[in-house]
Order: sequence, then C-alpha cells, then structure tokens
Amino acid sequence: MTAPVLEARGLTKRYGRVTAIESGDLELYPGEILAVIGDNGAGKSSLIKALSGALIPDDGEIYLDGQRVQFRNPMEAREAGIETVYQTLAVAPGLDIADNLFLGREQRRPGVLGSVFRMLDKGHMRSEARRHMSELGVGTLQNIAQAVESLSGGQRQAVAVARSAAFGSKVVILDEPTAALGVKEGNRVLQLIRDVRDRGLPVILISHNMPHVFEVADRIHIQRLGRRATVITPQSHSMSEAVAIMTGAAEPPPHAA
Amino acid sequence: MGHAELLGLTMATATESATDFDVARNDSLGLRVQHILHGNPVLGPLAVLIVAIIAFSIVNVRFFSAANLSLVLAQVTVIAVLALGQTLVILTAGIDLAAGAIAVFSSILMAVFCTRAGMPGVLALLAGLAFGTAMGALNGFLVTRIKLPPFIVTLGTLTIFFSLNSVISNSETVRGTDMPSIMTWTGNSLSLGGFRLTYGSIIMVLLFVLFFYSLGHTAWGKHVYATGDDIEAARLAGIRTGKVLFSVYTVAGLLYAVGGWILIGRLASASPNVGTEYNLDSITAVVLGGTSLFGGRGGVIGTLIGALIVGVFRNGLQLGGVEVVWQGFAIGLLVLVAVSLDQWIRKVKS
Repeated sequence: MTAPVLEARGLTKRYGRVTAIESGDLELYPGEILAVIGDNGAGKSSLIKALSGALIPDDGEIYLDGQRVQFRNPMEAREAGIETVYQTLAVAPGLDIADNLFLGREQRRPGVLGSVFRMLDKGHMRSEARRHMSELGVGTLQNIAQAVESLSGGQRQAVAVARSAAFGSKVVILDEPTAALGVKEGNRVLQLIRDVRDRGLPVILISHNMPHVFEVADRIHIQRLGRRATVITPQSHSMSEAVAIMTGAAEPPPHAA
Repeated sequence: MGHAELLGLTMATATESATDFDVARNDSLGLRVQHILHGNPVLGPLAVLIVAIIAFSIVNVRFFSAANLSLVLAQVTVIAVLALGQTLVILTAGIDLAAGAIAVFSSILMAVFCTRAGMPGVLALLAGLAFGTAMGALNGFLVTRIKLPPFIVTLGTLTIFFSLNSVISNSETVRGTDMPSIMTWTGNSLSLGGFRLTYGSIIMVLLFVLFFYSLGHTAWGKHVYATGDDIEAARLAGIRTGKVLFSVYTVAGLLYAVGGWILIGRLASASPNVGTEYNLDSITAVVLGGTSLFGGRGGVIGTLIGALIVGVFRNGLQLGGVEVVWQGFAIGLLVLVAVSLDQWIRKVKS
C-alpha cells in the first residue's frame, strides 16, 4: 500500500466544553478523491480547517508526505502545498478573474519596475490565468479581466477551483463546492474536480450532497460525533447505508477501504 | 361611423405599439446605463461635475474665469487630500471621522513646533507629518488589534485630537508671518496665464497620481480592495488583512497631515478652530466620487472628481447669490443622490 500524502492522527479541538473533533484521523492517498461526509456538528469543518491551517488543533499530528507539519495560519498550509476552496468562496467579488487567481501571490514586473516601483505584471498574470482556466476546461470565459461578481455561481466556483489547482502542489481541499449550484453547474464542477484529480492532485471533498459524493469519490470518510466512524467506498456501500452510518442509525462497519 | 371606428382602432393600436416600444427602449436604456456605470463608476460623478460647471457658467459668467477656477482649485485642495486618505479607509469598508481632526491638529503641531518650540521649519514640518502618521497608526491599531469598529474608534480619536488641539494651541491662531517660509510655501502659486496654481494643489495632484498607481498597479492596492470587498475571503486567500488595514489608517494619517500643511498655506495661518467641517466634507467627496461606503469599490479618480464637485457647488452657489446655509442643503442632497445611485448600481445582475 502506498503511503498517504496527507495524514491526520488524533486531532482534537475543543471550544470551551464543546468538543469539535475528538482524536480525529484521516488519510488521503495519492491520486484519489476522498469525500468527507457527516451530519451537522460531526466535526467535518473543524477537521478540514485544521488541515488547511485555518484552525490550530489542541492536540494531534498532521503529516504531509510523511513529514510532521504544524500550520499556524492558512498561508503556511498553502506554502506547504495544501490549497483550500472554502464554502464561502474565497474570492473577492469586485476583483477580476486574474486578480482573484493571483490574490495573495501577485507577480511583479521584472527589473526596476517590479523591485522599486512594485508594479504588478498584469499581462503575465492574465495570460497565466487564461491558461489555468482553459487547462481545466473552463476557458469559455470571454474576458479574464471581468469582475468575478458578474459570473454565475458555477463560474465563480470554477475560478476558486482553478486557483487551488493552479497553486496546490500536494493537496486540494474543497468545502461544499456544489452546495450553492444548480444541477448543470454542479455537474460541471464535479467534472472539474475529476480533472484536478486526473492531473495528479489528490482531492478532499466535503459535501452534503450524497449523489455528488457517490458520483466522484474514490473513498468516503464518514465523520460522526467528532471522530471518524469509518471509511467506505461507493462500491462497498449504498447511499442509504452511508446516511445510516452518518446519523448513527447503523453501526459503522470496519474500514472497507 | 364604421370608418371612424376603424380609424379609432387603428390609432389605438398605433398608440399602444408606440408605448410598448417606448417602454422596451426605456428598460434597456436604464439597464444599459446601469451596466455602463457599473463598469465605469467614474462616469456618473464626471457627468455631474461637467453639468454643474456648465450650469454655473451660464448663471454667472464670472464662474468660468481663470481667477475663479484658480480659487475653486485652491479651495478644493485640502478637502481633496483629506478625501484621498478617506478613500483608502472607505475602500476597506471603514470610515474615518478623525480625518479633519488629524489634519488640523497636525497643522497646529507644526506651527507650535516652529514657533514656541523653536524648531527649524523643515524639522517642524517633518515632526508634524510624523505625528499625523502616528495618529493614523493609533486608529489602525485600535481597529486591527483591539478590533473596534472604525466608526467608534475614529469618533473617539476625533474628540481626543480636537481636545488636545485646543490644549496645545491654547486656542490661539499662529500667524503665517510668524512661521518659517516652508510652512506657508504650499500657499504660494505658479502663474499659468491667468491661472494660479498653488504648490499645495501640485502636491495634491501628485499624491492622487501616486495613489492611483498604488491602488491599481501594486499588490498592496489589490489587497486593499480585496480586504474591503470581503475581509474573510481576503484572509483565506492568504492576505494579512490586519497589516493591510493598519497600513491604510497609517498612510491616511500621513495624508491628513500633508493636508494640514497645505491648510497652513491656504489660510496663511494655523488655527485650531477651523476644519470641523473637513471630516464630513472628505467623506462627502469620497461618496460623491462613487466610492462605495460598503468597501471594495471605487477609486481615487472618482474622489478627485467628488472633491471638485463639492468645490464647484460651494463656489458656484455663492456666485449665484445662494446663501451659505442653502449651500449645505444642496451638498447634502447631492450626497443622498450619490448614495442612492451607488445602491442602484450595485444591484446590477450579470
């Protein structure tokens, strides 16, 4: 068995008397889409935030490529190669597509213009943005310089996913990427997720949408009451079985995968 | 009779279709205007400015004279510089009620430093600018570290700065003739034909160019917009939003202090009792210029136009014989229209 790209061991996070994650474990293997499902309050978000540096766990370890990592903020996780697309869409609506793709890692002009006058290399960033968008099959956007707020929900999500795929070198984490989308747009984003995986980046997908999870996931991590109940695959269990485990109606089986 | 009926029917149909056509065209025109303004938010204020200039020129021929336009520009300069700092703050979805207070307090400090404290002019100027910057930094500290709303922070510091201002100045005006020449240098002017351009106005224009560049062409500028647009999204994108906000309030403080320096040149004195209206005037200029109070939208070109609108209205209404009290009324009305327009533009759908 290959070694996991990303591994969490015994992560714990408490808020006062409330325990968000209780010794949470997670493994993500190369080239897979791992779905994380769980009822509200099961600790999915906290788990993901710990992995992406948005939350500092009280206890437990995270390993990236076998190396222990400790993130103090999202920037450190990002520098280590973990890109996260948050549910709230981490895009600035007033900025254009290229600006959003490079938000927080803008590129400056070479030479004096960049070093002294700190001038942005807009031309380069726009052509790079266009390339990244078309690599993911979303090159249909007419104008890379159009404000993100003028895009549909699916297109915005595509911008966010394209950003994570463009800069994530190890792992891409997607938090509810299809939640706010219609059927057609949701399907396009699912295809986008497969494209990201097929380019060699393993993906963690957090979703409430069971059909979407069963459609794209290679393995399904079920979170319940702050810990991992089990890991199944779309082949080993049905959707209703997964929901039963998630809600506690059924005993979690031993890891199927 | 049958014929008349037929005629009536035809006419009715014709009228109806004409109305339909009009309605359809109005709709699309309105939407088109909304889209154009959404894409180019500066166009609205620019149109207001041009119409105002034309209207006031018609009302009073003296309005469009070189001498009067020079006066308008000189009157507008201080407000424009304060509004520049205010623009930065408002772009981050904040508000700076202390803009005028920092400007006036800085000017008093400069004057006191070079008179009572006996400092050389240049040193007094630099010290005044440093104190203005520190006052802005204090606002930034309270907003980012203590995490108080900008409105409350600047309401508090506004009161504190005005109070210290009275204490340090003994509520006395320092005459320009008692100060080194560098203090009043901003009021000196170049003559271009009949047009007089003060050095203060030149500094103002250079500052606008500098910040037009910084906001549009540097990462810092993008981060200012992103922070104002959606601070959580900006933070998640890896932007150190606290640092961005702190830098904005600090730079704004420096700009207000520069405004204070220009104010000394404009009045040929440093007075602790002026500038109470500058706080709101700077906000008015920003809002008239199309920068959104909700953050993330707008820019300095709009603010320059906004400041000019305020100046043109004040001056034009005065030349037109309108009393001072009604000038305020007109400016207030303009602000409400500008904010309503902003709301309407924001509703644009793709």
